[in-house]
Amino acid sequence: MRGGVRGLASTLAIGLLIGAVAGCGGSDPQQLRVSAAASLRSAFGNYAAAAFPDGQIQQSFAGSDQLAAQIEQGARPDVYASANTQYPDQLYEKGLLDKPVVFARNRLVLAVPADSDIRSLEDVARPGVSVVIGDPNVPIGSYTREVLGRLPKSESSGILDNVRSQEPDVTSIIGKLTQGAADAGFVYITDVRAAGGAVRAIQLPDSLQPEVAYGIGVLKDAPNPELARRFVQGVEPGGSGVRYLHQAGFLPPG
Amino acid sequence: MGRRAFALASFVALALLLVFVALPVVAIFTHTGPARLIDALGDHSAREALRLSFETSAIAMLVIVGLGTPAAYLLATKSFRGRAAILTLIELPLIIPPAVAGLALLAAFGPNGILGSALDDAGVELVFQTAGVVVALTFVASPFYVRQAVAAFAGVPGSMIEASEQLGARPLRTLVSVAVPVARPGLLAGFSLALGRALGEFGATLMFAGSFPGTTQTAPLAIFAEFNTDFTGALALSAVLIALAGALLLSVKLAAGGRGLGVQG
Repeated sequence: MRGGVRGLASTLAIGLLIGAVAGCGGSDPQQLRVSAAASLRSAFGNYAAAAFPDGQIQQSFAGSDQLAAQIEQGARPDVYASANTQYPDQLYEKGLLDKPVVFARNRLVLAVPADSDIRSLEDVARPGVSVVIGDPNVPIGSYTREVLGRLPKSESSGILDNVRSQEPDVTSIIGKLTQGAADAGFVYITDVRAAGGAVRAIQLPDSLQPEVAYGIGVLKDAPNPELARRFVQGVEPGGSGVRYLHQAGFLPPG
Repeated sequence: MGRRAFALASFVALALLLVFVALPVVAIFTHTGPARLIDALGDHSAREALRLSFETSAIAMLVIVGLGTPAAYLLATKSFRGRAAILTLIELPLIIPPAVAGLALLAAFGPNGILGSALDDAGVELVFQTAGVVVALTFVASPFYVRQAVAAFAGVPGSMIEASEQLGARPLRTLVSVAVPVARPGLLAGFSLALGRALGEFGATLMFAGSFPGTTQTAPLAIFAEFNTDFTGALALSAVLIALAGALLLSVKLAAGGRGLGVQG
């Protein structure tokens, strides 16, 4: 009798496990999954909240490289938005993404905690300053290396010597600054705005600015292509989402 | 349900569990292939990450065993007020998400943390330093050892400890020559679990110590950084990490006389 009850319990447990796994795997036809660069968090969040019904848009924000790798490994969101054009173009060439379009631009800044004494790039090159930048694979990391490459050798090597951590996305660079762990970091101007006063931006001259263009596209086998195209059209010029990009500090694509 | 049906159901449960746990591990090796594995070991940055992982885990384990063993002995053999609360506190890192652990460590030991200025005055720097990795690993892995050690010491018959003391042995001598040998299988089991957790630590390390090759970028962080652009390279490094960790676990198990992984308590 006891064995019978236990046997029943374990059969039930197996059934529950299978049911749970199957239940999580399904995708709702009315839902749209968006994989977007971490720097798009507030702009896309506001856009989705304003233009789509509650809970219809599921967004996952991370490093653009990480999201692209997930798609290459078989993950199927409906929309992919990257902080560069390289990763969407690569996915397009591999037949995983419809032709991507550039929908926004951004600028790099030097970000420091609000109460910092740092005023310029020269200050950051001084010994003892701790700097965080993006990992070379994440767009912010490669843009940052472009900026440093345009500086005089002495200054760029001074800054590189001060780099204490290579973070996987912009969110964690900002995190290291707001937690007081680091003195300065290179991020997008939009990240400083999103941090709401906790960090301050030091502008970089135009001569140092890299070309920061954001690409977006609908996945080739998107589970919900129609809704996906509507989402993408909304962030293209004239769309209903452009104002949220603008509010967040993004520049128009052209 | 009869005896045979129960046996069958249990067998199916075991088979499902086994496939579920083993398949991802097997997949890493079949995806990689021996040639790619050797390539990965030849890669300087991968070796650097592995070296850092094993060094920091080794130091963390020294701290955990050094502090955890006498602490667990005390908790197992003495009863005093607040003992249950202390046991719960010590186990707390088990249920804290690693990212939260990282934040908590920053709030305690970071530059703006509770002990931040005191540490700074003492010239101790943890954030972005290898020492910070050790702190993160110690925090996250310690309960795996201490918990098991308390259970193992509690299983040592009180009569043995009394006999040792009646024969005139000092408490330290009793711990080293009576309690530890008897509790050895449980201690080793806890040791290997804690070591495994330390080698695999990711979130708390990234949050608290950052990620920089050679200083704070341990193997799991390097795997994460590499996964995005070089999936096979990341798999190869994962395979090496699994193989080395597996070999370590196996040798601990052998050292415990084949019973080291039998969970006590």
